[in-house]
Amino acid sequence: MTVETKLALSVEEVRSFSQNNAEPAAFTDFRVNAMEKAAELDLPKPDRTNIKKWNFIDFANHTVESAPFASLEELPEEVKAVVDTEKQENLYIQRNNTPAFVKVSEELKNKGVIFTDIQTAIRDHKDLVEKYFMTTAVKVDEHKLTAYHAALVNGGIFVYVPRNVVIEEPLQVVFLNDNAEASLFNHVLLVAEESSAVTYVETYISTFEEAKGQVNVVTEVIAKDNAQVTFGAVDNLAHGYTAYVNRRGHAQRDAKIDWALGLMTNSDTIYENTTNLIGDNSTSDFKMVTVGSGDQKLNFTTLIRQWGKNSDGQILKHGVMKDKAQSIFNGIGHIMHGGTKANAEQESRVLMLSEGARGDANPILLIDEDDVTAGHAASVGRVDPTQLYYLMSRGISKQEAERLVIHGFLAPVVAQLPIEGVKKQLTEVIERKVR
Amino acid sequence: MATLEIKDLHVEIDGKEILKGVNLTINTNEIHAIMGPNGTGKSTLASAIMGHPKYEVTSGEIILDGENVLEMEVDERAQAGLFLAMQYPSEIPGVTNADFLRSAINARREEGQEISLMKFIRELDKTMEFLEMPEEMSQRYLNEGFSGGEKKRNEILQMMMIKPTFGILDEIDSGLDIDALKVVSKGINEMRGEGFGCLMITHYQRLLNYITPDHVHVMMQGKVVKSGGAELAQRLEAEGYEWIKAELGIQDTDVVTEEA
Ligand SMILES: Nc1ncnc2c1ncn2[C@@H]1O[C@H](COP(=O)(O)OP(=O)(O)OP(=O)(O)O)[C@@H](O)[C@H]1O
Ligand SMILES: [Mg+2]
Repeated sequence: MTVETKLALSVEEVRSFSQNNAEPAAFTDFRVNAMEKAAELDLPKPDRTNIKKWNFIDFANHTVESAPFASLEELPEEVKAVVDTEKQENLYIQRNNTPAFVKVSEELKNKGVIFTDIQTAIRDHKDLVEKYFMTTAVKVDEHKLTAYHAALVNGGIFVYVPRNVVIEEPLQVVFLNDNAEASLFNHVLLVAEESSAVTYVETYISTFEEAKGQVNVVTEVIAKDNAQVTFGAVDNLAHGYTAYVNRRGHAQRDAKIDWALGLMTNSDTIYENTTNLIGDNSTSDFKMVTVGSGDQKLNFTTLIRQWGKNSDGQILKHGVMKDKAQSIFNGIGHIMHGGTKANAEQESRVLMLSEGARGDANPILLIDEDDVTAGHAASVGRVDPTQLYYLMSRGISKQEAERLVIHGFLAPVVAQLPIEGVKKQLTEVIERKVR
Repeated sequence: MATLEIKDLHVEIDGKEILKGVNLTINTNEIHAIMGPNGTGKSTLASAIMGHPKYEVTSGEIILDGENVLEMEVDERAQAGLFLAMQYPSEIPGVTNADFLRSAINARREEGQEISLMKFIRELDKTMEFLEMPEEMSQRYLNEGFSGGEKKRNEILQMMMIKPTFGILDEIDSGLDIDALKVVSKGINEMRGEGFGCLMITHYQRLLNYITPDHVHVMMQGKVVKSGGAELAQRLEAEGYEWIKAELGIQDTDVVTEEA
């Protein structure tokens, strides 16, 4: 059954938003089309979390104006903490909905790398955007939230790595959220052409406690034949959003997409992470950690779908739940017909720190092919008393022992993040959240 | 000199009495060995001294230099000078050996008096070299994926870094090849001296060939049934436990009868 919903903007408002931004007519039509679909389509149905009553729709402002940063010195402390202002060569900072700072090395420019905010990309890289923007990885009409996103995109970044270009140093993106009224409809589009390689790290930071907007983020990573993409993220947005965060990968032959996600946002959030291993020998190593607190409701649905022969999908999810946080960890390894010699492994572990918290690990293997290997492990439990005893027997206090075990439990992602400041920040966020 | 006294210790696990009145006194500058058949309560004694939460002391005393150990939490016992090298050390994923050791050392120091990173690394490197451990082991996660022998070596590394007053070593020699046994023994002998007392639980004379004990005790059915010098271990190695059982009139069926 489809229910018409009153959306926060009218189709006309979407049209004028697009026109005010001098977007190509085709993109205006794309938005308008999407808005019409958003009205009709249903919400997604994340397994085991009923979101019918969640309000992903309403917001006071679609976009807010923020001042850009003229220089790196102007950056607020929160951003300086994650950016090595001296060393970081390629950096994009978005402040709420405003592209606030961008720096791209001459070397990358000369090689034809595009690293620019999504609005600019929509105008200046029309053909590429038309080719990849919600055509390959994520489709507009999957459900209400993808359509709503397509209609209302108001930020994000476009990364394009040409054939054979190997970017050694990580690209860094910071989404600074210092206006509680802002809504983030960010779109990250990362296209890695054949035999290219790139590492991308993004950080979401809120500087206030209680948000009044919406978060609807869609990320598309497209790795062409033999391309390698390493995607790192730390999400640390405020409480008060009803967030939909979709990060999706599309890997062709011999391609690799690895994910390291520290999901520390304080809002109710539906996380959808799908990686499609289309080509033979494609691989994905997905790692996420999270800490749920307060009255948060969280759903982490991770799917690796494997068409490719000899493809390899690895899912690791570690979550710590405290207070009254409720969380669902759906992990799905799906080997499609024809994916011979594919391997699908997953591990989901949840540590419960308080009586009132809930965590469900729900591992699923769907296998439509005979000649494959697959495995899963899942557990939900408390900090192991034997581990605590061992640490305490070395003189470490119970509190410190627990801290060590929890940090260790969340280390798989921390260890993977390739930017020191981001790594440190994630450690600090974990520290604060588990205390 | 420091003294660890165990007086008439009775310990239960899950409601079943395992230790039935253990008496033992260990001073610094002494090395004691405890031997005895499987399942007679040796590890239980070690765990009860360290304060493992599953072991319930129902009566008796453990006194460390006049202080009541039984009133202390596990970490307080460690801080008071006790160290237990466990028969089966835990694995702690995500916590590097080095970070863990530094936390353990700093736990003994006042805030603001923490060991400097440089000094710590120097000491760690030196000790690891002494124990012939590859350097990368300090950055591995604590015991995770360590072989049996590597875990034992790592226990000794911890003991040498932490420098306790009393070390209790539960089957530190089990599963060690001959080279590892030599290295581990070298570590223990290095600690031997004025400020250190040691209780080694072992099944084998082999270890005692490298570390000559001052006292040897035999545990059976939850009690220390016989004590002697290094020669006692040699006799056990040669003749087994039957002669003690005969001498003391212990029947193998005792435990079974109790359970029936
Ligand atoms: N949870 C438990 N419930 C009941 N009995 C237990 C439990 N844990 C240990 N035991 C018993 O306690 C007894 C003593 O065990 P302990 O580990 O102390 O023996 P041990 O002398 O160290 O043996 P080994 O030489 O094999 O290491 C054994 O009979 C063992 O089965
Ligand atoms: Mg034992």
